[in-house]
Parts: sequence; structure tokens; C-alpha cells
Amino acid sequence: MDIVDKVTNEDYKYGFETQIETELFPKGISEDIVRMISKKKNEPEWMLEFRLEAFRYWKTQEMPHWAHLSIPEIDYQDIYYYAAPKSESSKNPDDVDPELLKTFDKLGIPLSEQKMLSGMAVDAVMDSVSVKTTQQEALAELGIIFCSIGEAIKNYPELVKKYLGTVVNYTDNFFAALNSAVFSDGTFVYIPKGVRCPMELSTYFRINAKGSGQFERTLIVVDDDSYVSYLEGCSAPMRDENQLHAAIVELVALENSEIKYSTVQNWYPGDKEGKGGIYNFVTKRALCKGTNSKVSWTQVETGSAITWKYPSCVLMGDNSVGEFYSVAVTNNFQQADTGTKMIHIGKNTRSRIVSKGISAGQSQNSYRGLVKVTANAENARNFSQCDSLLLGDRCGAHTFPYMEINNETAVVEHEATTSKISEDQVFYCNQRGIKTEDAIGLIVGGYAKEVINKLPMEFAVEAKNLLSVSLEGSVG
Amino acid sequence: MLLEIKDLHAIIKSNGKEILKGINLTVNSGEVHAIMGPNGSGKSTLSSVLAGHPAYEVTGGEVIFNGKNLLELSPEDRSHEGLFLSFQYPVEIPGVSMTNFMRAAVNEHRAYKGEEALSASEFLKLMKSRSEYVELDSKLAGRAVNEGFSGGEKKRNEIFQMAMLEPKLSILDETDSGLDIDALRIVAGGVNKLKNADNASIVITHYQRLLDYIVPDFVHILYKGKIVKTAGKELALELEEKGYDWIKKELGE
Repeated sequence: MDIVDKVTNEDYKYGFETQIETELFPKGISEDIVRMISKKKNEPEWMLEFRLEAFRYWKTQEMPHWAHLSIPEIDYQDIYYYAAPKSESSKNPDDVDPELLKTFDKLGIPLSEQKMLSGMAVDAVMDSVSVKTTQQEALAELGIIFCSIGEAIKNYPELVKKYLGTVVNYTDNFFAALNSAVFSDGTFVYIPKGVRCPMELSTYFRINAKGSGQFERTLIVVDDDSYVSYLEGCSAPMRDENQLHAAIVELVALENSEIKYSTVQNWYPGDKEGKGGIYNFVTKRALCKGTNSKVSWTQVETGSAITWKYPSCVLMGDNSVGEFYSVAVTNNFQQADTGTKMIHIGKNTRSRIVSKGISAGQSQNSYRGLVKVTANAENARNFSQCDSLLLGDRCGAHTFPYMEINNETAVVEHEATTSKISEDQVFYCNQRGIKTEDAIGLIVGGYAKEVINKLPMEFAVEAKNLLSVSLEGSVG
Repeated sequence: MLLEIKDLHAIIKSNGKEILKGINLTVNSGEVHAIMGPNGSGKSTLSSVLAGHPAYEVTGGEVIFNGKNLLELSPEDRSHEGLFLSFQYPVEIPGVSMTNFMRAAVNEHRAYKGEEALSASEFLKLMKSRSEYVELDSKLAGRAVNEGFSGGEKKRNEIFQMAMLEPKLSILDETDSGLDIDALRIVAGGVNKLKNADNASIVITHYQRLLDYIVPDFVHILYKGKIVKTAGKELALELEEKGYDWIKKELGE
């Protein structure tokens, strides 16, 4: 029996749990809990008001069911909305609990000064709090702000007030309202005018506490003529229960600026029988506010039991560009409904969508995308390509493209393909001496190449490995 | 003895149809064997079965390759042991560059022999030198496996892979089909350059033409799942002249 457990669980490398004392608020959500979170974080009055308004709205809403997902009933009163490693209170950079450092080391995210990766700054978030943010001083010299959202609310209230909730309003959807009420930590980035951020900024999200939900909030503002590349990673322990992760990410790109946002999503996907795993219900949206601004989303989605996620671009500035590159893998009983929205408002705006779905086992994988061209968006251009790759014959791949075109000058193209990894492709590799698992890795890597190549180099390799691991045992 | 096939029977798994009905064949190092026969006689099935294609099931007989029971080995281990199949229809693997594909293959072969993986520069050097065997463009390295290759390029690519892996036994499954005379000469030239006293080839073909370039020591006629006649290279000429009908007559059909 042990051997069976070992083999079936081996695939998910990050499923360990850190033994650390955790401070928990009582389970459930109420105005009191919202006030407690705000108080715990020493927030100003306006922030508490922001939360309460969102909470009151959330109470009037019901969970959406339009996605091609079968989501079991979620008891929102049975979740811890605040969980924090106890030693965090001091948050002295040199005084992080060694147990936490060890955890992030194990995840391949070294936080100590000696081991820090050069060319990369990291904000490490466990459960509801940011435990450490690296490279802050070096970045501050350029006027770049890179800190937890909690610190930003305290230290840069004007900036946060100006942009928070402007891209994703709490009324946007059920999970956005929930997040706006109870969000705990997350990352804030501000790149001042005319600065090209010299290193990759990244946040690593880790869920550790049992029964908790993670509600992180990320806000990235890139001022005129600036550039940043940002990467997000995540993982969670293996548990039989389902844990909720409902995040909001807002990006604001001002004139001539560019944001590259990459995600390697590796939340625990549940076991082979579909037990446990993270519910990943996330709202990510970018506002290309300035003329000539550009936002590029790249995502490699391999984890989570259920994914509900549509990183989108509102192309408001003239000549602005939105891109969405996605590889979404589902195996066993995973479900994903993911895609993007490209909203063309400014003139000469362009968008490009490349979505590669890979379904295996008995999973369901859907692409859902909206291309909207408003009446004044002269000369809008969109190209969408949605490919699905099926492994085996018990999984499903679905494509739901929507188009709303209200301007005659728009040119919108959509291509879609569905293919299977054939026995002959695998045999061809075998005949050259390549093992089946490595063959699948090669074939899937080739299929996803266009997207993987958009990732920062260090992560492209990791993402490739992750793809093969996620599909282990799915053929044959 | 490099390869010994004894009374080999095999069926198509999906419909249970028996295709190989008792094949006997012995191949020694240094030899070239040609297998000819009409369509549907089991030539390609024989090569697929030897390479371990999962669509077929062996129902009887045995195959000793290099002193080992071939039928017990996985397809990749048959490759590691030195069996190479030049496919009649090489498959395309979109997005996977020839470099990455061959590097994975070569390094798996090295690992099997307990050798260290080649460094990137050593590997590229090897690739360059071996691609010259079949006059393949160096741009090939960056192209995806067989994707967008012409028929001739695909076949040259097969022989290039053979040159990279240096097999003990190469099975060339209708490598001449779809080739014009220049391509045929290049492909055959590559095969001949790789020939030595320690390796052997089985050449499956419909036409005598290829055997003008790759000269066989033995010609076998495969008919209805059995080898019904074996002779020297002159048998191929005879077949070219008379067709297969006289064989059928000889067999009393």
C-alpha cells in the first residue's frame, strides 16, 4: 500500500507541510472578521471601508456557474480567512524563522542573502502574510517600489488609493468581491517613469495552513516609458480537503510602458482519484491605459483541482498591445476553464492570443475567450489561436470563443486545432532509444514551445519539466 | 550470429489477424539481407514486430538478437542494444527540433552503455559530421523532426539518424519508396558508408533498383507471412523480370 501511495503521490514534489505554529482567526466570514483582518494589518480607515463595501456587496451575490466546470458546494463559513506563521510578527529581514527559510529553500526559492538568485527579486508569501521580500534596497535606488501590498498600504497610501480596484472593481464578480473584502497579502510594484527594471520581480505564493483560503492581491503600476518583467509561482501541501485560492491581480501600464507577467501555476491538483486540490478562482486583468503601452500575459497552468481564470487586457490607450500566451495542462480529474478577454477601446490596438490546452486522464480542459471591439476602436487587430492536445480518450477539450465586434475596421482572426499524441509518434521516439515518458515530455514541449519561449529563461526549463511531470503516467 | 528469428508468429492486436506465420531468418555481422515480396506479404509487419511496435502481438517463436531475447526487451532497449529501424513513413513531431530529439536519443544510448552525456559542443560537432553522410543541410538541426520535410529529406533524415546511433542491425523499410534517382543514390551512399564487418542490414524493398546501390548477400522472398525462397542477389533480378507469379506457381497456387 505504501508503494502505491508513493508512486501515485510522487508526481507532486511540493506537497510537504511546514511544521510551524500558525495564528488563525476563527473560521468563517463576517463583518467582524473583515474588521479583524484590517486591524491585524494596522490599516487606515479608508482601507477598512474599501473592504466593508466589498463585503456587503459580496453578501448579495451568488457563486457563478456559467463556466464549464462542476464545482462542489463551497461552505464559505468553513474557511479560515486569516492564517499567518506566528514568528512573522517582527518581519525583520534578518530575522525570518529558519523553518520558513527552509520551506522556501525546498521550493527552490532561496531567500537568504548568500543564496539569493542574482537578477531576481522575490516576495515570499505564506498563507496570509509576506514573510520576506528580497533585493528591496537595490531596487529602491532606482525608485522602484517592490513590497508586500500590506506595506504599500502603510507606506505609499496615495499610490495604492489611486490604483487599487480601478482595474478589477469589487463588483466585477463574486470572487473579486470576496477577495476585496478579505484579501491578506500579495505584492505591490511601482516602476517610476523612464525606468527599465533591471531584474525579474517575482512572488512565490505558498499555502500551508490547513483549512485556510488564500486571498492575495497584487497591484503592479508601470509609469511612462518603463518596463518590468514579473513572475508568479505557487504551490501547496497535498491534502484531502479542497482549499480555496481567490486572488486579484491588477496591472496598470501607462504611456509607452510594458509589463510582462508570467505565471507558473502549480497548486496541488488533487490525487489520482480527484480527491483534494486547490480551487483556483482568480481574476487577473491589465489596463493598458497609456498610448503605446503593452501587456503580455504568459501562463503555464499545471496545478489546481479546478481553475477559473481569464487574464485579460483592456486596451484603452491608442496603439496599445495585449498578448496572452497560455499552456494549460489537466490530468486525472482536474478541470480548467481558462482563457482571456481582449477589450479593444483605443485606436489601432492589437491583441494576440495563443492558447495551448493539454488534456489527459479524465480531465476537462476549456478555453474561453472574448475579443471585444468597441465602436470607437478604429483599426483593431486580433489574432487568436487555440490548440488542444488530447492524451487518451477519456478526457475533454472544449473551446468557447466569443466575439463582439462593433467597428467595421476591425480584423479578427481565429484558428483552432485539436490533435492527439499518436502511438506512432511515441513509438518513433522509443525506436530511437527515448523512453515513453521522455518522449511525451519532448512532444508536449514541442507543442507548447511557442508559449514556453515567452517565459524568462530560468523558468522555461522548470516549466518544461513541470509539463512532463504533470503528465506522468497519462499514456500507456 | 547477430540475429536469429525462429518460427516467428505475430498478429494485429486490434483484429487478431495473423500476419507473420512462422518466419525463420538468420543474419550475421557483415551481411546485407534483402527482403522482397508482394504487397501485404508482411514485410513491414516484420520490421515493426522486430522493433516492438505496440500494435502487434507476438504469438509464437523466438528472436535472439546479440545474444539476448529480443522479444523481452522494451522498444527503447531494442534500440539501445543496436537495432535501428528506418521507417517507411517517418512521423512528424511538431515543435521538437532535430537537435533536441537526437540529443535525447544519443544521450539515452550513452547512458545505457554507462557513458556520460555529450556536451553541447561535442554533440553539435557529431551532428555536423554525420549529416554529411547523407548531404543533409546544416539548417536541419533547427527544424522540427520531419515537419515540412520533403519525401526525400525524410528518408535522408532516417539514414542520418542511423549514422548518429551507429546500430548493429539496421532495418531499412522501403527506404527507396518515393525517392528520385539522385536521392536514392545519396541515401544508398550513406548506408554503404556506414557498413562494416561488425554490423548488418535488412533491406526491405519492392524494387531491384535499390539493390543496384546496396548490394545484398542474400535475397529472401516473403509471401503470406513466410519466407518462401532464399537465394543470392540474382534472385532480385529474376523477380524484376518475372514478377511474383512464378513464385506462386512454384508454391503450387
